[in-house]
Amino acid sequence: MLKFTIKRLLISVVILFFVMFIVYALMYSLPTSYMEKTARELSQKPGSLKSAQEWLAELNAQYGMDKGLIGGFLVWLKSAAVGNFGDSWQWTDSVTNVFHDCIWYSFALGLICFILEVVIAIPLGVLAAKKQYSITDYAVTVFALIGISMPTFFVATVYKLVLAVKLQDWFGLSKPVFDISGMQGRDYVNLSEVGKFFDVAKHFVLPALTLVTVSIGSLMRYTRTNMLEVLNADYIRTARAKGLSEKKVINYHAFRNTLIPIVTILGGSLPGLFSGALITETLFSIRGIGYRSFHSMVAGDIPFTMFYLSFIAILTLLGNLIADILYAVVDPRVRLN
Amino acid sequence: MAKEEKKSSVTEHAEKKEKKKNSSYISGKESRKISRFNRKLTKKLENDRANANKDPALYTTKMRDPNNVVEFDNMCTYFFTDIGTVKAVDGISFDIPKCSTVGVVGESGCGKSVTSLSLMQLLPRPTGQTVGGEIRFNIGNGEALNIVNTPTSKMMEIRGNRVSMIFQEPMTSLNPVFRIGAQVDEVIKLHNPDMSDEDVKNRTLDMLELVGIANKEGVYRMYPHELSGGMRQRVMIAIALACSPELIIADEPTTALDVTIQAQILDLLSDLKNKINSSIMLITHDLGVVASMADYVVVMYAGRVVEKGTAEDIFHHPAHPYTIGLMRSKPVVGKKVDELYNIPGSVPNPVDMPNYCYFRDRCEMQCDRCSGAYPPEIRISDTHVVSCYRFFDEGEVLGYPHPVNVEEL
Repeated sequence: MLKFTIKRLLISVVILFFVMFIVYALMYSLPTSYMEKTARELSQKPGSLKSAQEWLAELNAQYGMDKGLIGGFLVWLKSAAVGNFGDSWQWTDSVTNVFHDCIWYSFALGLICFILEVVIAIPLGVLAAKKQYSITDYAVTVFALIGISMPTFFVATVYKLVLAVKLQDWFGLSKPVFDISGMQGRDYVNLSEVGKFFDVAKHFVLPALTLVTVSIGSLMRYTRTNMLEVLNADYIRTARAKGLSEKKVINYHAFRNTLIPIVTILGGSLPGLFSGALITETLFSIRGIGYRSFHSMVAGDIPFTMFYLSFIAILTLLGNLIADILYAVVDPRVRLN
Repeated sequence: MAKEEKKSSVTEHAEKKEKKKNSSYISGKESRKISRFNRKLTKKLENDRANANKDPALYTTKMRDPNNVVEFDNMCTYFFTDIGTVKAVDGISFDIPKCSTVGVVGESGCGKSVTSLSLMQLLPRPTGQTVGGEIRFNIGNGEALNIVNTPTSKMMEIRGNRVSMIFQEPMTSLNPVFRIGAQVDEVIKLHNPDMSDEDVKNRTLDMLELVGIANKEGVYRMYPHELSGGMRQRVMIAIALACSPELIIADEPTTALDVTIQAQILDLLSDLKNKINSSIMLITHDLGVVASMADYVVVMYAGRVVEKGTAEDIFHHPAHPYTIGLMRSKPVVGKKVDELYNIPGSVPNPVDMPNYCYFRDRCEMQCDRCSGAYPPEIRISDTHVVSCYRFFDEGEVLGYPHPVNVEEL
């Protein structure tokens, strides 16, 4: 197992190198160049003595963009290898600071949704499979499909309308239960530390609800399908023939086998915890990584985008490795000697 | 001329197609009607079952003969499918005496496995339901349980403990994610909650030794995928024997194994039967296996018992034309034939069974009475019973099978 892990890690380093290069090449050839934009701005400022062309050459030299695709990539790689990711062009701060500022909001949101998704979708999937073609099964399936089919912005708008606007009218409350957007209430600065935490937490309720609603369906359907397949297996009949109760058959014999494919999916969702939710974060004005990375990419901010995408690539590779290791934990057939 | 011939063959082909379409085609309207009927009926049957466990008097009865372990009495198991009611087992009666081996033979789809699953209450419900008759299971003191409406909670005490089952497919019958030891331990622990973990483990090791596994400590810690098919079937037998059941149902235990392993497994089974004094219900379509193992033989055809008796009766004096056909169609060592005999025709459509003898259309020994209703069971010697009109005048008529009218349920 150790040998396997080390081998996989070494392969991952090679994959990572190429992923970074491809990302750099894509960013390099993007039509929106941060340099061009800035050069044009500078040349139009009053008192500018240089033309846009001259500014561009100077900026390119300053930012290390005059060495071509390969040269530029090697310069970036050299400093990134020792942990120096440079400064973000768009946010005028060091890349790691910008990342540190926004990642924890996205991570908190992602983690809450991940936990809720697992806790709700897996039991529901098992329940639907256990009572296949019953009213429960159909109800669960219909709700799951509604969740899958509706676009995020629509779900978010419906939640905003009902929970942030109408709820106040229906119950005649003095102020809205949830705010429509933002991360802090109006009197945030006056609150105690605990109060501040709960205020932010309250503002995460609607985005979390939106994300869970749209993501729960696929995992639930996946669990149901796998559970049904396992329930038809011969060893489940053996378990029943042993005299085990239905509860034990499903929760012990069948569930352990259902876990095998589910683990692969869950391992693959590790990078999802850090990648942020672009649409939801924008709709609810949450200053998370999804929002930041989107604007960095649009502005052609190479240092930040490179750092962020490399980070996601590492997480993806790590997620796959973890999924493989977990696979061996739950399925003795794939254990290596 | 040639053109005409071609044309006639085309019309013939079309007619054939039409005929084929008619037998299995149902319209959407009919299909919806069937589904509605099935839903209503199975719901009612499930409710009845749920209510039955309130009163033990509803499912306890008396054995006809206390020397039997199980008595099937006109048992009917039907499947309510989307194309109609399939009468998989329709009014079968036979007994399994104590400490004996009963071989159940018949071709694929004749209801052998459904019979055993009904006895274990392992039918895929709600589609499959035992709708009529009784399965009496001897629980001692002349008392018996009627398995047909025994509640699941009671059934769980019987399964694996007093009746256990060995399945056809050893490769898939063990749970791949648990160790062999844990899977055998589980059934012992379940039915003997007072046993300490140490005792349970020792019992498991004894069982593994009993079924001829030499490396018992090693196998105890192995996973199913590390064992061969024969070894897995031995483990299945160990699980089946673990609680010393009164009846072991072996549902084609050697079908998936190669011939040398088959012989080993069968030797093992007959050996063990004598050691632990239980009965075996051996389901197979291999007449050779039945001849070497069984004391009594039950021959099934299209969901009904056509002939039953001792192995001697069936193999040396077969009476039913189907059994005679089966005997003729097996190869015999030392006898040279160009082509093996086969019974002409095929089994009738299970959704739409004829109201005369199911074998009549394939039978080469028809008599005048055969156009009448399905033949009754006729006793032709003390142990030999056959359902065929050829013996109507000679033997003692025991009774007709009673199918259940599903419309009245």
